[in-house]
Amino acid sequence: MHLTLNVWRQKNASVKGKLVRYEADDINPDMSFLEMLDVVNWQLIGKGEEPIAFEHDCREGICGSCGMMINGVAHGPRPATATCQLHMRHFKDGDTIYIEPWRSRAFPVLKDLVVDRSAFDRIIQAGGYISVSTGSAPEANSVLVTKQNSDLAMDAAACIGCGACVAACPNGSASLFTSAKISHLALLPQGQPEREGRVIKMVEAMDREGFGNCTMHRECEAVCPKAISVNFIARMNREYLRSLLKGEGLP
Amino acid sequence: MELNPKIPSGPIEQSWDRHRSEMKLVNPANKRKHTIIMVGSGLAGASAAASLAELGYQVLCFCYQDSPRRAHSIAAQGGINAAKNYRNDGDSVYRLFYDTVKGGDFRSREANVYRLAQLSVNIIDQCAAQGVPFAREYSGLLDNRSFGGAQVSRTFYARGQTGQQLLLGAYQALERQIHAGQVKMYPRTEMLDLVIIDHCARGIVARNLLTGKIESYVADAVVLATGGYANVFYLSTNAKNSNATAIWRAYKRGAAFANPCFTQIHPTCIPVSGHYQSKLTLMSESLRNDGRIWVPKQKDDKRPAIQILMPERDYYLERRYPSFGNLVPRDVASRAAKEVCDEGRGVGAHGLGVYLDFAEAIKASGVAVIREKYGNLFEMYERITAENPYEVPMRIYPAVHYTMGGLWVDYNLMSTITGLFVIGEANFSDHGANRLGASALMQGLADGYFILPYTLSDYLATAKLDKAPLDHPAFHESEGQVAGRVKKLLSIKGKRTADSIHQELGKLLWNNCGMVRTKRDLQHALEKIPEIREEFWRNVNVLGVDDEINQALEKAGRVADFLELAEVMCLDALERAESCGCHFREEFQTPDGEAQRDDEHFCHVSAWEYAGEQGKPVMHKELLEFEYVTPSQRSYK
Repeated sequence: MHLTLNVWRQKNASVKGKLVRYEADDINPDMSFLEMLDVVNWQLIGKGEEPIAFEHDCREGICGSCGMMINGVAHGPRPATATCQLHMRHFKDGDTIYIEPWRSRAFPVLKDLVVDRSAFDRIIQAGGYISVSTGSAPEANSVLVTKQNSDLAMDAAACIGCGACVAACPNGSASLFTSAKISHLALLPQGQPEREGRVIKMVEAMDREGFGNCTMHRECEAVCPKAISVNFIARMNREYLRSLLKGEGLP
Repeated sequence: MELNPKIPSGPIEQSWDRHRSEMKLVNPANKRKHTIIMVGSGLAGASAAASLAELGYQVLCFCYQDSPRRAHSIAAQGGINAAKNYRNDGDSVYRLFYDTVKGGDFRSREANVYRLAQLSVNIIDQCAAQGVPFAREYSGLLDNRSFGGAQVSRTFYARGQTGQQLLLGAYQALERQIHAGQVKMYPRTEMLDLVIIDHCARGIVARNLLTGKIESYVADAVVLATGGYANVFYLSTNAKNSNATAIWRAYKRGAAFANPCFTQIHPTCIPVSGHYQSKLTLMSESLRNDGRIWVPKQKDDKRPAIQILMPERDYYLERRYPSFGNLVPRDVASRAAKEVCDEGRGVGAHGLGVYLDFAEAIKASGVAVIREKYGNLFEMYERITAENPYEVPMRIYPAVHYTMGGLWVDYNLMSTITGLFVIGEANFSDHGANRLGASALMQGLADGYFILPYTLSDYLATAKLDKAPLDHPAFHESEGQVAGRVKKLLSIKGKRTADSIHQELGKLLWNNCGMVRTKRDLQHALEKIPEIREEFWRNVNVLGVDDEINQALEKAGRVADFLELAEVMCLDALERAESCGCHFREEFQTPDGEAQRDDEHFCHVSAWEYAGEQGKPVMHKELLEFEYVTPSQRSYK
């Protein structure tokens, strides 16, 4: 296959970037999208040009490192597929592909396609955990969890923290990411003691980081590589309201 | 170099409990005066960093990724073993211990393995309390499944994402401690040297991958939790950036490297499709519970699987190993696949593949049940190969997956360098010559949650450490060396990418130090590796600068270390003139083609000591004694 690529090149966080055009030859349909970029990079190095920087690690769709806008869509054209799991057979010979980094105020570009997603870690730091210290856990089977809740919690917990939801959202909202963690923990009996405080703290952290609000465009759900449902955002809103009604934090 | 494993005396059932109560404690008020460096934030590193911080120590935690949540533990699919005996099927701590020692083909330390089996039950409790969404039954109780190398059902799982969920549990505990100010996290930072002062590990030199700045960090103890080195083969199931640099730098500072040739080849991976292949993808071993493995009886049978009738198929694992069938340990399954492919009976375009067939399982239990169990794996397979495993059998082939070898540690997980601890896959400890499925998660978490917090406290309570200043000459010297190496890599400006040299090394190792090894092949590899290394330092092309993100520079540094490590792997494989577990030397096999151990000469851990740039590494032996499980010829027939 032959492809024309327009790739966002940006030297570092403080300078302006621009789209640069590359011609990619000898692309095999069985290659993954990242393998295609590898080949392009090898060709660039051969010509003495600096390779395109992009994040990647497991290349199995689970670590959440990779992610880029492919023709304006986060992770590209395939539903429920991370960039590393997207294969070139879904493109046509002669196609032109635009490749850009995640675009969001809360995810500043560091270089080329690499962005800073540390805001996600800070949302988790605000309360995305159960405060159990090592050694204090009761016997695992002494706490029952209904299969239904356990399965639903797992649906939410499947989030890989890639940031596609933010990149796709016209408001740059992190609601899908944040709601997935809030829902995962709120659905489990182990998560109950901190349930009310958690949702307030995590939503506050999300706002503090400069993410926008959710206005239900559902773009996040459409691009999520783990197909996480926007129902979790509804659940987060219910959790938030419930917490306010219970007067969390008031004397 | 002295290898003292420091195994507690007395009955094995009591040794850990007694050792625990005899170890010294650090006064709670003094704990915050101690700083610990944790390199790596996977299951072992994150769990240890969080647990040590909960105790009150100051922890500096480093990872090369942008977030600790991305460590490669996240990719473990199948599950985690624990001797809970929830199934009433005869499991016990002793049986898990026995299975692990036997699975490791009698090349692991009994006392360590027993402790691992004991702690397995606490891990499940801890993780369930953290909110890990383990699979449940309708009763609300935890579900289990069976896994290779075991006849009981003791594997806990969270769909096909067990590693992800366990890692996120540890990551969340870590983030809680970061928020509390007990852990200072350094993401996008790569350790490039270990600093030793007065014979004790006292710090590291690391490179900030955003700014290129080379900086020193000082502590009272250093812990390496940096994972395995399977990427030395270029193609493996490890994450692309997984590397051996941290453990290799420690080796060059005096930490012994144990059993470097013990590398696990996982039987169920998606076959290679072309030269551009950047990594291999594993399909969970749990698939072997329901899938049946077969190849055509006839050579070069190119018909589609569906046209090959039952009598024309060879279910070779079930035929050769009637009692374990498709659930034989990984090394046995991998080698058997290689054999049938070498006979010309392999499937797929390149003939390097065998079928893993779910047709009968789907017929017996229905598509819904199979989808519930393996849905995400089937999807992943289809995405990569464009074939639907609900309709046609999967094609699988073995791939490098895990390294049992690693830095040598004693019972307290301390290396041969005082104050340097090594946990998780980075150490050599518990798996002997072959790791059983669902044991890596167990070991990483046992080390991190339940062993290191005790043994490291004991070290800090008893070690007499002076204050080490950051302007100590040892830090300056090391910073200078690290900076010099970075400059050197950028200045070569040759013609080849680091990737292409890495590919060359990987191919050489796979062919000569892979699933089957011979003296001749290993000697050949030992001749070739220095040539490739020379080629690298003469002809590698690393573009860009050293004061901003430069992924090619990171990669080149890691490849340079792999090029040295590969040589010690081959030396170790050559020296071990026996077959055991994953290490199959063609010269040493039973008449029916199984691995032939030589307990008289090789019942030991081979620990290699660095002997300078020019010197040949020196091998030291830690003799292994088996008091509880009598070494026998492993049989899964």
